[in-house]
Amino acid sequence: MLGFRQLDQLAARGTRIHRLDARAKVLVVLVFIVTVVSFGRYELSAMVPFFLFPVAVVVLADLPAGFIARKVALVIPFAAAIGIFNPLFDREIQLYLGSFAVSGGWLSCASIVLRATLTVTAAVILVAVTGFTAVCEALERLGMPHPLAVQLLFMHRYLFVLADAAARASRARELRAFGTRGMGMGPFASMAGHLLLKSWERAERIHMAMLARGFQGTFHLQRGSGFGLPELSFLVSWTALFMILRFTNIPLSIGHAVTVFFNAGRLVP
Amino acid sequence: MSHHIVAADRLSFSYPDGTVALRSVSFCIHHGESVALIGANGAGKSTLLQQLNGCLTPSSGEVRIGDFPVTPKTLHEVRRTVGMVFQDPDDQLFMPTVFDDVAFGPLNRGVAPKDVAAQVTAALQAVGAGHLAGKPPYRLSCGEKKRVAIATVLAMDPAILVMDEPTAGLDPCSRREVIKLLKNFSHTRIITSHDLDMVAEVCDRVIVMHGGEIRADGTAEEIFADTELLAGCRLEPPFSMQACVVCGRRTAS
Repeated sequence: MLGFRQLDQLAARGTRIHRLDARAKVLVVLVFIVTVVSFGRYELSAMVPFFLFPVAVVVLADLPAGFIARKVALVIPFAAAIGIFNPLFDREIQLYLGSFAVSGGWLSCASIVLRATLTVTAAVILVAVTGFTAVCEALERLGMPHPLAVQLLFMHRYLFVLADAAARASRARELRAFGTRGMGMGPFASMAGHLLLKSWERAERIHMAMLARGFQGTFHLQRGSGFGLPELSFLVSWTALFMILRFTNIPLSIGHAVTVFFNAGRLVP
Repeated sequence: MSHHIVAADRLSFSYPDGTVALRSVSFCIHHGESVALIGANGAGKSTLLQQLNGCLTPSSGEVRIGDFPVTPKTLHEVRRTVGMVFQDPDDQLFMPTVFDDVAFGPLNRGVAPKDVAAQVTAALQAVGAGHLAGKPPYRLSCGEKKRVAIATVLAMDPAILVMDEPTAGLDPCSRREVIKLLKNFSHTRIITSHDLDMVAEVCDRVIVMHGGEIRADGTAEEIFADTELLAGCRLEPPFSMQACVVCGRRTAS
């Protein structure tokens, strides 16, 4: 299940990044995502320095980079599928790599994939250093409507139960299919129906269990964490860096500097 | 103490699809009693339990908890008195951590947040699960889940404990731990189970249900000695009261 269990285990660690108040981390990741998404559609080089953020967090929070990369790799094909038709529609030549002409379509497709990689990596890392529950709470404390937060919490809690139920049903089918295709898609449709009905009944039982313990529409979560100096400096310094990277294209500047240097060298033989 | 009486008076119930689940069921359970509700699958045990705290409302007849009939108006009071432990702990544990889950009931009851931690710790320690407080429920074993589910109810300090199959699906040691817990409670206990050996150990009184009716209501010894009654209700005496499968002898009782 996209490694949700492992992500939660990672979130239980205690590095300095883990200990920061969830709101600071959620805000930084939001700023990160908005900044990355705000680039023009043909932009590539200016986004590259943004990898600094995920890399820094992975190192500081001691996350397994390979695991994170695999989680991100699962999502990237979806982003590629969105951009894959751009080269067909947008054939205007935008730049030359030596004698190789690159059309706008290819540039924007690559830009979409790069954007997706950056934003998905940031989101996965956020969950890995904060935990899904804490992210929901932080979002709520930052103004997300309460019912939405409760929905997210329940989804996360019962995702495991539902996934296990689906896995058991699927295994039961496989064991009686003897490696053939079984009866085609039919059984899967029935299985999905059964899963829906079972989830429905479970939802009713959970609701009863909640009512039995006096539920009256509000969740009381007790978390004692504060927004202090470490949180503030984390938020301000990363936001400042993102703004600098957004408004100055560092790879381009380096390129210019190198070009100027060599041109200068050529002028004085 | 009339406060802790659980009484059903000619209680009948049909599900919306027309299945008749309870037919004119009457009984009265007094303070501190430990009562088992036994019967075959589909006999109406779980339906009856759900009537006791108003999860289902009767088609006719009524349930009284202490001085209150169970009606939509008295539900809050009734649910404060009757603590219900569900059969599947996954239905009961829905909060992010074990601590949050045990705190859920007390916080809903309006206990001040600063006092909740002490109640939660006490409830978890009562079931030997103090070390699980910080864990998410889906990472617990079945036995741990079951004990935590009992703690979530204990934390609300109910006078009456209602449990659906408390030992189902547990390994022998976890089962033994749950039995020990149940024996030590001083609450009024109403327990459904197919684990008749547990019933023989924990309960003084047994109510036998069959086809939505009460077939018998008596002491555990009386009921379990009546093999004819049990067979008629698709039941058997507890293993501890049956002849030895190896030598055919009965243990001295």
